[in-house]
Amino acid sequence: MAAGVAAWLPFARAAAIGWMPVANCPMPLAPTEKNKRQDELIILNVSGRRFQTWRTTLERYPDTLLGSTEKEFFFNEDTKEYFFDRDPEVFRCILNFYRTGKLHYPRYECISAYDEELAFYGILPEIIGDCCYEEYKDRKRENAERLMDDNDSENNQEGSMPSLSFRQTMWRAFENPHTSTLALVFYYVTGFFIAVSVITNVVETVPCGTVPGNKELPCGERYAVAFFCLDTACVMIFTVEYLLRLFAAPSRYRFIRSVMSIIDVVAIMPYYIGLVMTNNEDVSGAFVTLRVFRVFRIFKFSRHSQGLRILGYTLKSCASELGFLLFSLTMAIIIFATVMFYAEKGSSASKFTSIPASFWYTIVTMTTLGYGDMVPKTIAGKIFGSICSLSGVLVIALPVPVIVSNFSRIYHQNQRADKRRAQKKARLARIRVAKTGSSNAYLHSKRNGLLNEALELTGSTEDEQHTTKGTSLIESQHHHLLHCLEKTTNHEFIDEQLFEQNCMESSMQNYPSSRSPSLSSHHGLTTSCCSRRHKKTTHLPNSSVPATRLRSMQELSTIHIQCSEQPSLTTSRSSLNMKSDDGLRPNCKAAQITTAIISIPTPPALTPEGESRPPPSSPGHSTNISTTTTSNIVKVSAL
Amino acid sequence: MSGCRKRCKREIMRFAQYLLRLITGSLHTDTVEDEMEMATVRHRPEALELLEAQSKFTKKELQILYRGFKNECPSGVVNEETFKEIYSQFFPQGDSTTYAHFLFNAFDTDHNGSVSFEDFVMGLSILLRGTVQEKLNWAFNLYDINKDGYITKEEMLDIMKAIYDMMGKCTYPVLKEDTPRQHVETFFQKMDKNKDGVVTIDEFIESCQKDENIMRSMQLFENVI
Repeated sequence: MAAGVAAWLPFARAAAIGWMPVANCPMPLAPTEKNKRQDELIILNVSGRRFQTWRTTLERYPDTLLGSTEKEFFFNEDTKEYFFDRDPEVFRCILNFYRTGKLHYPRYECISAYDEELAFYGILPEIIGDCCYEEYKDRKRENAERLMDDNDSENNQEGSMPSLSFRQTMWRAFENPHTSTLALVFYYVTGFFIAVSVITNVVETVPCGTVPGNKELPCGERYAVAFFCLDTACVMIFTVEYLLRLFAAPSRYRFIRSVMSIIDVVAIMPYYIGLVMTNNEDVSGAFVTLRVFRVFRIFKFSRHSQGLRILGYTLKSCASELGFLLFSLTMAIIIFATVMFYAEKGSSASKFTSIPASFWYTIVTMTTLGYGDMVPKTIAGKIFGSICSLSGVLVIALPVPVIVSNFSRIYHQNQRADKRRAQKKARLARIRVAKTGSSNAYLHSKRNGLLNEALELTGSTEDEQHTTKGTSLIESQHHHLLHCLEKTTNHEFIDEQLFEQNCMESSMQNYPSSRSPSLSSHHGLTTSCCSRRHKKTTHLPNSSVPATRLRSMQELSTIHIQCSEQPSLTTSRSSLNMKSDDGLRPNCKAAQITTAIISIPTPPALTPEGESRPPPSSPGHSTNISTTTTSNIVKVSAL
Repeated sequence: MSGCRKRCKREIMRFAQYLLRLITGSLHTDTVEDEMEMATVRHRPEALELLEAQSKFTKKELQILYRGFKNECPSGVVNEETFKEIYSQFFPQGDSTTYAHFLFNAFDTDHNGSVSFEDFVMGLSILLRGTVQEKLNWAFNLYDINKDGYITKEEMLDIMKAIYDMMGKCTYPVLKEDTPRQHVETFFQKMDKNKDGVVTIDEFIESCQKDENIMRSMQLFENVI
């Protein structure tokens, strides 16, 4: 249990009064405090470091913790000082704020720890001084992005509700191909076909071999049928994929508007349009240009490649820088083109026929390409040409680092997300271990407690070392709370292995009992364990206990005899003997256990370790392995 | 149809603005700034002397309570999420969110969605230092979900299910579907004197005072602080 939450234990215990009127049996006694609870106060200030300042200094800001009467809650009468159990390092910054009026953010400090401290002392982060404000905001934004990624991936992975509709499972399979093998297969198949389609488009135009004639034919016309079949197959697959995605999308309207779907549509439309108008000669020219759009199929790869997606996302996020680049380039092009045109107007046979014609020269020069198809001949033209190329280098080089840094930031963010996903499993496992640790501590102490009572009852003086196990007061109070809950509901906590075993046994009991339904219904048998419930929820134990297992455990039969003293509980009797059908053992209002013969050493998980306690009111019958509780439930394994 | 047109216009405006920003190359404005306007709720409790007078705790006890409270909730108020998290730490095996929700409503006497330190102290004062009558009153208030003065079978069933949820799955004997319902039946048999299907506060207090177990268990947590 977290140390901070221990402070809430009194509250949880007080709230337990809400269970009292509902409970039917008396509650256990509360653990007494043998010594007066140690006050948390150590005679120190902020975790040991004493800070001294004037009272008026603090009262400069009356809406914070230190400046108002709220700090009286932390006053220690004995030592006449205020004690705060907080971080002394950060407190230094906070106190400096009172002294100088400027709040600074130390760079080495974790941003969330710092925010917590500020919240504790009642100081708004907006007061952070200009010197440290940028740093603070940057760190805060990074942290927020990190938390957002965490939450997103948590939501995605913990959203495994047991009942997802078919449509939802399909959508999840499409979006995340690692969910099932079928999705993975589909993913690879579509990827393969995209590649095939792109390669087909490329190879179609390669000249392959000469026809006995005069000219070389491209492969597309030579093997027209083969290429047509390939194209058809690819388009079939793409169409089916698109329709499936359209069906599975949670919001079809949004799906249609998304970029990927537009790419999909553009990739397959040319084929259908081609089918429709193959024979019309007039528009076949337009049809040919439509085939250009088939190259968009290569963009479908972006679903398969994360790097492409990052690139696309980078370009989108750097859109303003790119736009600025474009705009400034355009300005420069127009200026230089005009100048070059007028400079070269005089020379004869110049290629600079108009200003738009000079655009080509300007662009080629500014991007330092220099094809050389247009060169200035006049001296003025050459001078302006050189100025043009120099300025081109500058204008292009400036926005590029911004784009690069954006790309690297997004790329690293993605890498961090992957790393965090890998660490998440370990983190969840650790949390689960902590939780089971706490519940196991309770069960363990409960058994120890029963053992103590047993030893007291039988008056044995051995094993005294088991009796005194130093549990802290807080732990014993927590256990008392859980014990009260058990009493209220008349059920007990057990650990998971025992639970599984109970269910398995009861499912086995169920099996022959279904063969003799008359017997069970006649005697009002209700199986004590989870049989009914179990059948509803999981079919696994029934089905995973195959005949072989039953046969191997044929000799083992368990007799459940529950002796309950509370009239409110349904007294459930279940007895089962695979061999004999004599069914019921007489129930024990008198809390007796009749025959128990031999018990096969069951696997260690089934038996609680090494405790044996004769039921208090049974005379002399020996039971080898039994667990008893205050409601006298005895489980006996009999051969 | 007008909504559609308005939306269209808004989209066009946004697109035009986007184009303009693209052309003029103004840099991407930081949208994180907008989140700063979210008001952070901070609450300061009343003075120590005032709380001491209103509740039955001594100054020292109040100090201890406040330190724990403030540690978990630096902003001074508990909202329902934090409350559920804290409460679930005590019951690792089951799901205590439903019961924590009912508890939260019982503590949040002014129903403003958050429990301040005053609410907390007043509730604890009743539970730990109050008379048996006051405690029973508090319990009745907890069970009466819609606070209409009657406990119906449905309300009791909700409460009972919440309590049984806290036990979790791994119990012995295994929890059946109708265990809470049977428990509710028992409860009503005991408490509902005139058999009209609801339990009023007087029936509740009267029946509890007759039951020795309940009376004894009410005194159980006296020495909690």
